[in-house]
Amino acid sequence: MATFLLELVSPERLLLSRQVEMATIPAAEGEMGVLPGHSPMVVTLRGGVISVRENGQEMDKLFIGGGFAEVSPGRVTVLADEATPLAELSRATAEKRIKDAEAAIAEISADDTETKRDAALARLLSARAMLAAAQAA
Amino acid sequence: MASLKDLRGRINSVKSTRKITQAMKMVAAAKLRRAQAQAEAARPYAERMETILASLGRTVAGSPTAPRMLVGTGAERVHLLVVVTADRGLAGAFNTNVGRLARARIRALEEAGKVVKVLTVGRKGASFLRRDYASRIVGEITFMGKKRIEFSDAEAVAKRVNTMLENGEFDVCSVVYNRFQSVISQIPTDQRLIPAPMPEAAAAAPGAEAQYEYEPDEEGILATLLPRNLAIQMYRALLESTAGFYGSQMTAMDNATRNAGDMINKLTLNYNRTRQANITRELIEIISGAEAV
Repeated sequence: MATFLLELVSPERLLLSRQVEMATIPAAEGEMGVLPGHSPMVVTLRGGVISVRENGQEMDKLFIGGGFAEVSPGRVTVLADEATPLAELSRATAEKRIKDAEAAIAEISADDTETKRDAALARLLSARAMLAAAQAA
Repeated sequence: MASLKDLRGRINSVKSTRKITQAMKMVAAAKLRRAQAQAEAARPYAERMETILASLGRTVAGSPTAPRMLVGTGAERVHLLVVVTADRGLAGAFNTNVGRLARARIRALEEAGKVVKVLTVGRKGASFLRRDYASRIVGEITFMGKKRIEFSDAEAVAKRVNTMLENGEFDVCSVVYNRFQSVISQIPTDQRLIPAPMPEAAAAAPGAEAQYEYEPDEEGILATLLPRNLAIQMYRALLESTAGFYGSQMTAMDNATRNAGDMINKLTLNYNRTRQANITRELIEIISGAEAV
């Protein structure tokens, strides 16, 4: 089956760079499955799980805390804010993050800008996705 | 003239100094390797980011609603300098070089009638600039006691800059730091962050393949991408500065070790001469005593 190059980078390191058959990435406006030959796109990502398909089966699942992806026919580059393999997620950290994010939302006042509110909300959603992913693992 | 006992004491003290500088050199070398690896690991992200930003920036830069971080506030009155130094010394002229460049920039900007604000990262920069420009310092950030710089640290700095931008506290922001050239050479650099400079090389690349579809729209992406980019640039500056610091410290400690060796040689020679002189003098005393009888 045809493959494309998937690269997953976080600010701290290059996590993944290899040929895969399909990748499912959590785009901001819904899950997005990418196959080889996809039309060029740049999408923002929300917190969620990115799963990689190789040789007809799911090979890798990683949690990312938001970021961007650049899709072109032969290559997908995911710029993740942070990325952790599902197996290394812990529920305790996820729960702590949810608390932090909720506290941040509580602090937001009405006169704050919309971007700020969106950012706080995105943070909470990302933390919730992390907890869900940690429970599923 | 110093007595034999004094000389012995001095030789011993220089020897223990040499031991310390030698150990510091080894530690710096090990940390340098780690810092370099970290800087290396951060490169792919920054590169990919740059290409996305370049293709996005071209489409949005012309529009009147382009975000401030990309095009600036339109004015050029208030400058924010982020001065990145190390928290510790004993690294030759590392911190002084950055401090000197920052001072020169401040002076040049103020002579041109601009207002300057300074945000220092690292303890040494703060204490250097406080002497002359204490009133310009708007904030000090240190990572004292941290084993390694993490991305979240850079994010914290970037966030602070971002809030200041949103509050309209400055028009132009640049970062002054030591760029890591090699172990023996770090170049004090002044790099503009806001308005974001467009990567020239990428902009010149063939634009035909850059027909991207954006989801959400370009501006929505830019609004999240630009703060990230700021954090990345900051992260890069911090990492380069850290690597440079250890490189500089290694060189400085190497020099110190060599100087200590020279000094020990000189003192040992002096010690032996003095000892010889003492023996000769005693012999003369005995012989002339015997002759007098």
